[in-house]
Amino acid sequence: MSEVVIYTIISLTGLGLIAAAILYFVATKFKVFEDPRIDQVEEALPLTNCGGCGHPGCRAFAEACVKADDLSDLHCPVGGNDTMQKVASILGMEVEERDKYVAVVRCAGSLEYRQKTSIYEGAPSCAVAASLYGGDTGCSYGCLYLGDCVKSCDFEAMYLDPVTGLPVVIEDKCVACNACVTSCPKDIMELWPQGRKNRKIFVACINEDKGGTAKKACEVACTGCSKCEKECKYDAITIENYLAYIDPEKCKLCRKCVDVCGSHSIHEINFPPRKLKEDAEEAGARGKREKRSAAASTDTAVLEAPPAENVDVVEMAKARRLKSREAKENNENNESE
Amino acid sequence: MNAFLKDIKTFPLGGVHPQEYKLSADIPTEKLALPKMVSIPISQHIGVPAKPVVNARDKVKVGQVIAKNEGFVSTNIHASVSGMVTKIDRVLDSTGYKRDAIIIRVDGDEWLPEIDQTDEIKREISVESDEIVKKIAEAGIVGLGGATFPSHVKLAIPKGKKADCLIINGVECEPYLTSDHRIMLEKTEEVLVGTQILMKALKVEQCWIGIEINKADAIAALKKMCVQYPGIQVQPLKVHYPQGGEKQLIKAVLNREVPAGGLPIDVGVVVQNVGTAFAVYEAIQKNKPLIERVVTVTGKSVLKPSNLWVRIGTPVQELIDFVGGLPEDTGKIISGGPMMGKALNDTEIPVAKGTSGILIIPSEEAHRKPMKVCIRCSQCVGVCPMGLEPYLLMTLTQKELYERLEEDQVLNCIECGSCAYTCPSDRPILDYIRLGKKTVLSIIKERNNKK
Repeated sequence: MSEVVIYTIISLTGLGLIAAAILYFVATKFKVFEDPRIDQVEEALPLTNCGGCGHPGCRAFAEACVKADDLSDLHCPVGGNDTMQKVASILGMEVEERDKYVAVVRCAGSLEYRQKTSIYEGAPSCAVAASLYGGDTGCSYGCLYLGDCVKSCDFEAMYLDPVTGLPVVIEDKCVACNACVTSCPKDIMELWPQGRKNRKIFVACINEDKGGTAKKACEVACTGCSKCEKECKYDAITIENYLAYIDPEKCKLCRKCVDVCGSHSIHEINFPPRKLKEDAEEAGARGKREKRSAAASTDTAVLEAPPAENVDVVEMAKARRLKSREAKENNENNESE
Repeated sequence: MNAFLKDIKTFPLGGVHPQEYKLSADIPTEKLALPKMVSIPISQHIGVPAKPVVNARDKVKVGQVIAKNEGFVSTNIHASVSGMVTKIDRVLDSTGYKRDAIIIRVDGDEWLPEIDQTDEIKREISVESDEIVKKIAEAGIVGLGGATFPSHVKLAIPKGKKADCLIINGVECEPYLTSDHRIMLEKTEEVLVGTQILMKALKVEQCWIGIEINKADAIAALKKMCVQYPGIQVQPLKVHYPQGGEKQLIKAVLNREVPAGGLPIDVGVVVQNVGTAFAVYEAIQKNKPLIERVVTVTGKSVLKPSNLWVRIGTPVQELIDFVGGLPEDTGKIISGGPMMGKALNDTEIPVAKGTSGILIIPSEEAHRKPMKVCIRCSQCVGVCPMGLEPYLLMTLTQKELYERLEEDQVLNCIECGSCAYTCPSDRPILDYIRLGKKTVLSIIKERNNKK
């Protein structure tokens, strides 16, 4: 009986050894040389496989980095400059610092501002809806409220605001991987330079219809009135097809355009709250010198103020509207009294 | 009777049989009064949009070319009314988007002198084969069944291929629609002459007119008349949706199978709609371009379901007014039939060359039921007339697996909607397949551009 066990052990061990020898031979004979730096680079990457760099996954990006002569065309938006520095040091190359980008929603036409003209009951996907028609509101450029961008985001950096219906970007989580930009059939999402202190000013509208038509479809549509274009000292604003566009490279974040925009379609993000008008008037009542010093002090205060929390563009517009409405109601009340 | 039943053919694979509701089948066509304003889209056909050749404040006459074809797969657009061009502007059309259209303010009804407006039937065909195709291209004729593919492209047979027969599509398998039915009844002889012209253009000797047996009067009328026209036969077909699809019709009539990704010409067949045959008759014999068509305006709660001769560019609102206004319980207005038509989101949308019907659906029928999970019953697979697996194509589109979609023949889908119609879980299968098809097409185009 014990003999059988011994023979079995010996024969199986023998088989195992033969197989090991064959495998060893094959592995050495057909070995594919792979640059060990690929593994090193891959380890330095965030390994999210988001495709934001334009390569199918982090491994492919690492291969591209190792193969490339210089790193000028390659950038990992998720890891940012730190990761690229690490990659460069592994490969012994130099890499330039790049601006960080963040996605912005270029539509402010919330459910409040746009009239529904039809009811969409098809598949819950923006891409399907857009292939059928312009959308369930009068504006055929605006957001469809079905959240393809939110679904496409791998970093949980977006959500649909239940009140406005529009998507909101959580800037801290956004890695500028471009997924929302490609998933939006209306091209509403755009990657925007993060800007000084995360501050951004952009036109939250992409409606290219004539002013009147656009305004009829949406209260906060850009009409292309060119007030902002005239106001801007830095030539950052261009108007094309009845639509203003702010060049983030040229914009100096002075906020003058925001003030002149009659339809509130230019949005500011992460700016500290403005000084109220009454305060300014009071200051004006005081002496000139005093005023100047007061202004100077507020300016420094602005610079030192911590960046405001991610304020939703639509929230801001809404707050502004509410304020004006309240003021109007107060006036009416006063009059009636 | 038995012999008659034995003669009835159909396609073997899949298909459904929705309730027919041909409410306007016995109602003769009427001419709709001229509207005050028409907006004629420059893109009413598959292919490149035509290029406007008129400017604002130009005076135009009926039949005058107002937009010229751009390239081969494109076609001319003619003024359907006389009057003054007010502007060329972006107008909401049946795609649901604003696109360029020529807007004409109607003034009188002055036709170009060369157009023969009499009802007299001209049987003699005096034009040569090449000339016919050229004239059809000039007359702006497109497939009037709904696909609006320029007819002259279909008639220009590519080198190395040969057509041996023509099929005239009088199937009208969509429920509710009766415009082709009325044309066959009222313009029987004109359709036959038009068919002969098409046969001459294609140089074929044989032609079948396929008609479903729910149009027995049309079958009888054409059978009686076609004795005088050698080569033309009438083929009765079983009522079976989507028999109006080219590939299904060829399979039903001739039992020939168009290969996957192929065209009917690969099996030696050209298919044209009866409406197209009539338009061809008018273009060749009467010099009249495609400026009006029959539109069925119908619906269960519509006061007066009608078949109307409508000038291209007339706002849909005018048609609705004619049939007694929009019923109170309206839930949806569809351009085309209930299976493949498209919901309109405005009643000012103009009638285009491909508008075969305006269907007004009451609200209790208009809404979709909420989507439930797929229960793997495979009914969609059973009814797919192209032998595809619709549930799978839908899932692949949702998961964005476009390579597998291409492998699984998504491009062969004819978008007939049988799958979504039959789905017990009310899943929007066709919505997703259409999206997948569109995406795969753009991927293929990109790939070919790279090469």
